Amino acid sequence: MQIFQTDLLCIGAGLAGERVAIEAAGAGFSVVCLSLVPARRSHSSAAQGGMQAALGNSAMGEGDSPDVHFADTVKGSDWGADQEVARIFVDNAPIAMRQMAYWGVPWNRVVPGEQTYYKGGKPFTAVEKKENEGLIHSRSFGGTAKWRTCYTSDGTGHAVLFALDNVAAQRGVEVHDKTEVISLIHDGDTCMGAIVRCLKTGELRAYLARATLIASGGFGRLYRASTNAVINDGGAHIAALDTGVVPLGNPEAIQFHPTGIVPTDILVTEGCRGDGGTLLDVNQYRFMPDYEPEKAELASRDVVSRRMTEHMRKGLGVKSAYGDHLWLDIRHLGAHHINTNLREVKEICENFLGVDPITQLIPVRPTQHYCMAGVRTNKDGAVYGLKGLFSAGEAACWDMHGFNRLGGNSLSETVVAGMYVGAKVVEFLKGAETVIKTNIVADAHARQQQRIKDLINGTHGRENAFSVREEMHDALIKGAGIFRNGKDLTEAVEALKGTLARARRVGLASNGLGANPELALALKIEGMVKLALCVTQGALMRTESRGAHTREDYPDRNDRDWLNRTLAYWTNEKDELPTLKYEAATQTFELPPGERGYGGGKIIPMETPPKTGKPKA
Amino acid sequence: MSRTLTLNIFRFNPQDPDSKPHTEAFTLDETESMTLFIALNRIRAEQDPSLQFDFCCRAGICGACAMVINGRPGLACRTKTRDLPAEITLLPLPAFKLVADLSVDTGTWFRQMYQKVESWIHTDKVFDPHAQEERMDNHLAEEIYELDRCIECGCCVAACGTAIMREDFLGAVALNRIARFMLDPRDERTVEEYFDVVGTDEGIFGCMGLLGCEDVCPKQIPLQEQLGKMRRKMAVAAINDRLPKFLRSPK
Repeated sequence: MQIFQTDLLCIGAGLAGERVAIEAAGAGFSVVCLSLVPARRSHSSAAQGGMQAALGNSAMGEGDSPDVHFADTVKGSDWGADQEVARIFVDNAPIAMRQMAYWGVPWNRVVPGEQTYYKGGKPFTAVEKKENEGLIHSRSFGGTAKWRTCYTSDGTGHAVLFALDNVAAQRGVEVHDKTEVISLIHDGDTCMGAIVRCLKTGELRAYLARATLIASGGFGRLYRASTNAVINDGGAHIAALDTGVVPLGNPEAIQFHPTGIVPTDILVTEGCRGDGGTLLDVNQYRFMPDYEPEKAELASRDVVSRRMTEHMRKGLGVKSAYGDHLWLDIRHLGAHHINTNLREVKEICENFLGVDPITQLIPVRPTQHYCMAGVRTNKDGAVYGLKGLFSAGEAACWDMHGFNRLGGNSLSETVVAGMYVGAKVVEFLKGAETVIKTNIVADAHARQQQRIKDLINGTHGRENAFSVREEMHDALIKGAGIFRNGKDLTEAVEALKGTLARARRVGLASNGLGANPELALALKIEGMVKLALCVTQGALMRTESRGAHTREDYPDRNDRDWLNRTLAYWTNEKDELPTLKYEAATQTFELPPGERGYGGGKIIPMETPPKTGKPKA
Repeated sequence: MSRTLTLNIFRFNPQDPDSKPHTEAFTLDETESMTLFIALNRIRAEQDPSLQFDFCCRAGICGACAMVINGRPGLACRTKTRDLPAEITLLPLPAFKLVADLSVDTGTWFRQMYQKVESWIHTDKVFDPHAQEERMDNHLAEEIYELDRCIECGCCVAACGTAIMREDFLGAVALNRIARFMLDPRDERTVEEYFDVVGTDEGIFGCMGLLGCEDVCPKQIPLQEQLGKMRRKMAVAAINDRLPKFLRSPK
């Protein structure tokens, strides 16, 4: 058994993982980041639109402040967010953006004078102030009162990740890429690192660490149609769930982005609509203002995705060989704007659709995009259930997003949480030694070695992992899509129980040698089905509609009974279903539950309104 | 009318003692809008689950899936089969260490490149969390981003005659990285310091001018232009002190 030892082990080398890594390395600790792919290929790099931070430099961002950002975020979350965490986030976001500028991100900047912008397909002018020339500019995103999204063209994630990985290289952060975590090493009380499969050689290694961080992104690839990279299949979530003591927060909270392209499900940024793009139906009619007079295309994502689906259900979608879709229209923004600020969108349209968005419409429909769901942590990023285990970014349920996150808030979260949780990890590393129990390490390694042997030998059967995955995809979208109901969810849960039984009988058809991809899937397919069961069972039990969780049979937001967060545990390895517990959505109320101002729907109020007030800093 | 495609794929698994390098032919029916991403995943799911290749974003953004497609390095995810003949040959990228089949280790190569060119902002300034950000002209920010769009796919290295012949050649990707920092006023390195890194045969003077790098760059980054600019700057820097004052370039 090859053993690596380090102070901090980051599972994931995207923005959140590397930002925490940089904080620890800067404090003199050794850090190893594990990554399925070279760090710069992490899915953070695919984020296009931008990062929200209340800098208020732009004309349309004037008067912005962390307080306004806070209110937008909590409303966006449909009051599912932890308000203390949302406050930490909005207060730190401007610092994090400026730090990224210091580290080299070529943010787009304020150009003074009269500028033409677009809203809802119509041009208007605004005067950018001379005194703000050269400060970080911002664009509009959905569900926001101000233009707050800092951006680098439509390659923001890419630009920030490259800058951050440069700093990581400078500070000596080690990245072990082409590695995959298949289990955590723990004794039910403390996490001591992870068992890892090398995706170059297939060798099994143990990484021992005083602190371990899960920053592996979301698990969108449980769905067949997802904007996510193929690596976002929940491997590290599975390792966390498998401990039996670490819960997933709000597994049913899954976001569908309004504009995945049809076919291929690749994302085109919300920046298209933020910059003035519109959504059209089969008659090339702009329908969103009919549903959302105030926000139109720029209501929150859950609302826009629902309205689009409603509209297509009325038969007003465009028929295609790949199912119904709608149109995204950015033609009026013009060649110059598209060629400079929406160039990735243009490339994607040209390369994958054969469409020139300067002159043609883009076929889109809502597509799985983001997991508000994640490994549940406290406000310091410490994971529930195991000491020495932290989580940040999309992988975590920190929980500033509640049941719907705003566009631009997740990319921002990666570096803000990375900065904040990074400091907490440093405190932890300074405070205590972690006792590594060698027998626990040896057992964890032996158990995984045995699993691999069993899969290769077909000890439990020869079910085909790819076919099991197809069955999971079918059940998941049937139950836990944009609109959900008790009947479909019950059927999905029952189907997935059968899929789980099949997943437990998987065996390889190939020899499993080296970085065999069949073995990689076989090792996690049971866990993927368990995650899918957490999503569907969580959704079945939550008999209300909140944010992205929309129950046709329970259309009201029920603050009386459901202003809480689901915690899903997989208590015993052989269980058929997760054990669900619940905790209050938030301990403090800076903003009491109320109307979001978009999306409609009834609210069943809390029986006793909460005490409100800003907590003392 | 659908075609039957034949994909001739390089196969070798160094971890399997019985494996020898060879080409294996797979056939499959072409479907509408098929890309090599779709084709290869279908082969893996339906014909040979051991087939190794790398995809990540599958949207032409991350650079993971570069391979040699009918003799030319390119991104497999955005290569449409309808743009190729019915017989397609796929080889792993040269210049990088083979993992197996079509999968190569680009991570190690690029991380050593970052260290060689010190791919980060060099500054003596200390970040002040309470201060406003330093200002930058928007046009300059756009110019920097133009060079920052590199996705480190490795196509330019694989298409480079010099890089194939000599392991120590930095390659267009590294020279572009230096050009990016030279453009960025936040990096306080002087021309002489940059010269120390790239002013040799391993750097700007090793290029034979075959232009393969720019031809295959999936992001159409003007790689040769960067090289030309750097050569001029370095040449001027080398003789700067001997020039009459009015001809000298500022630091």
